[in-house]
Amino acid sequence: MKNDIILCGVGGQGIISIASAIGLAALENNLFLKQSEVHGMSQRGGDVQSHLRISDRNVFSDIIPHGSADLILSVEPMEALRYLPWLSEDGWIVTNSNPFVNIPDYPPVEDILSEIRKIKNNIIIDADGIARAAGFPRAGNIVILGAASSHIDLPFSSLENAIRKLFGRKGDEIVEGNLKALETGRDFRC
Amino acid sequence: MKKIMLLGDEAIAQAALDAGISGMYAYPGTPSTEIMEYVQNSAQAAGNNVCRSWSANEKTAMEAALGMSYAGKRAMVAMKHVGLNVAADGFINSALTGVNGGLIVVSADDPSMHSSQNEQDSRFYAKFAMVPCYEPSNQQEAYDMIFDAFETSEKYSLPVLFRITTRLAHSRASVELRDSIEQKPLTLPSDKLQFVLLPSVARNKYKALLETWEMLKFENRLAKYNLFTDRHSRRLGIICCGIAHNYLLENFGEETVEFPVLKISAYPVPKDIIRDITDRCSEILVLEEGYPFIEESIRGILDNGIKVWGRLDGTVPRDGELNPSIVGKALGKKTGSVMKVPDIVRMRPPSFCKGCGHADMYNALNEALLAYGPGRVFSDIGCYTLAALPPYNSINSCVDMGASVTMAIGAADAGLFPSVAVIGDSTFTHSGMTGLLDAVVKNSPVTIIISDNSTTGMTGGQQSQAEGRLQQICEGIGVHKEHLREIIPLRKNHEENVRIMKEEFEYRGVSVIIASRECIQTASRRKKEEASKE
Repeated sequence: MKNDIILCGVGGQGIISIASAIGLAALENNLFLKQSEVHGMSQRGGDVQSHLRISDRNVFSDIIPHGSADLILSVEPMEALRYLPWLSEDGWIVTNSNPFVNIPDYPPVEDILSEIRKIKNNIIIDADGIARAAGFPRAGNIVILGAASSHIDLPFSSLENAIRKLFGRKGDEIVEGNLKALETGRDFRC
Repeated sequence: MKKIMLLGDEAIAQAALDAGISGMYAYPGTPSTEIMEYVQNSAQAAGNNVCRSWSANEKTAMEAALGMSYAGKRAMVAMKHVGLNVAADGFINSALTGVNGGLIVVSADDPSMHSSQNEQDSRFYAKFAMVPCYEPSNQQEAYDMIFDAFETSEKYSLPVLFRITTRLAHSRASVELRDSIEQKPLTLPSDKLQFVLLPSVARNKYKALLETWEMLKFENRLAKYNLFTDRHSRRLGIICCGIAHNYLLENFGEETVEFPVLKISAYPVPKDIIRDITDRCSEILVLEEGYPFIEESIRGILDNGIKVWGRLDGTVPRDGELNPSIVGKALGKKTGSVMKVPDIVRMRPPSFCKGCGHADMYNALNEALLAYGPGRVFSDIGCYTLAALPPYNSINSCVDMGASVTMAIGAADAGLFPSVAVIGDSTFTHSGMTGLLDAVVKNSPVTIIISDNSTTGMTGGQQSQAEGRLQQICEGIGVHKEHLREIIPLRKNHEENVRIMKEEFEYRGVSVIIASRECIQTASRRKKEEASKE
């Protein structure tokens, strides 16, 4: 078993919490794990990515080779496309549909989405809208994780346990909201 | 044994704590910052009373660590690669004084310049100073090596340079921890002249260092971190340094590499272990993160020996960090199809946060300078460097910590008017104060704007040594009170701020304008912390 996952978005969108959730779930299953993060300059509204590698065998490289990622999990649609050189031919893109516009020349979002649809395996999800409608507006990230969960070789219950650990300190209400977000994302059908 | 997930930086920090350091010294700098942050947040460090405050700059950090070592205790100092330039004076000479308690200098290189001004390779500094250097390939090795590095440091009475690169610093993996060692007692050096580098002393010290350097090479023949694995190929042999070894194994797996491989993680490298591989193979591929350090030394100037492949002949790109794909290509491995980034994807450079005080300061500065024309602003290193990009296009230099002030002085000397410097609060106390003294002494016609966000912002909001002290520092250095102005960079103050800047441009002497507003990130974190305490 081996999953190579690119997590991406814009600095400040909080991709680290998704990475931490998958990481905790991987540890619960005694898997090997390497997680490379971006710290420093790009965190100021630039493009950021994390390479997450989980496997039942030793993981050597901290970064994923080109053309071999199983999944691009993106909290921003244009950012999902930036990492296509890493995606394998059979890999999946699971992305938020809501653009984060902090540059003057951001392209029309429809053009971005139609470019994503050209990739064989894609899931485009209005994560923020779904999170808002369900009453947990800040859990859009976790909705996307839920939507991607069937493409990550980890038991869903392990992801749930990870959410409990990750948000446990913030109180039951936040934990329940995020668990609901995870479930709503999983049940999403495009 | 306890296993935990740690960034490479954190593995180094945890190892230092477990190896019984009494002091950790650092100035923030990507990708090294998390070493000190980990120590500062560690309950173990607090329980053992480990000194762990930020220093004003890498030089003061280096010297404080050397002082801790003088007193017989173990110390670590951490910085980014360019920080070692700042600390170089103390670092190079610490090879001559030697150490008393073990001393490790961590330098985190940033090939591909993710957050840096250059991609210099710290291994040259180790050779330059003639001290041992370790370069771990993964988080576990980084953890384990720290123990050996302290032992080597004490055995040879030398500081050890610990070289890492961005990918290891900022990648997380599981690390198995050891039992911790107790801190050392305060013990003064037996030779009271050990740290006195008078020429008469230093000459002898240097002779001794030259001998030790040869001993280190001998030791590294047997070092467990320089690992030779023979395999059946007699055509190509591969030399990998540090993290490059991971990329080789990523391409082939441990079982299927057919080439003899020498993994180098301890320097200086003796001739014998290189011979082990060059005697067996007719060609050598060198894979190393950073400069072609080993490759150049194997080729030599004449380059007429064994056939060498690497960065110098283009087998591996001459610049930038390595990755599994580059290494695969260098080994002639066929790659599958790789998708392209669609043309629609735009660059997304970092930018000021919404509500950042630097942005309001630059809006005022741009307007104040309209009448004089572009090309008059020297800046420095920090979040405010982002004003080099559109829509601000405000600054014309970013060279090294503190260079804004001193370059403004030189340009004013040449006749540039107005000559303006923009520097952050933390950068100012790092290396701007001495330049300000130069300006005051010769009454240089410069306007220095200290864009004070009361934090070290770019690296994630560490404490700034300048906090609450800027005005006193400037007055103390000798800036006249009437030309030491304070403004609050807010949109509502825009007109007034423009006016103040223009007034100070017209003053033909040293002006300092302190533009103070707390970093929006630091402020929101502080408010959250305060709320959670209530």
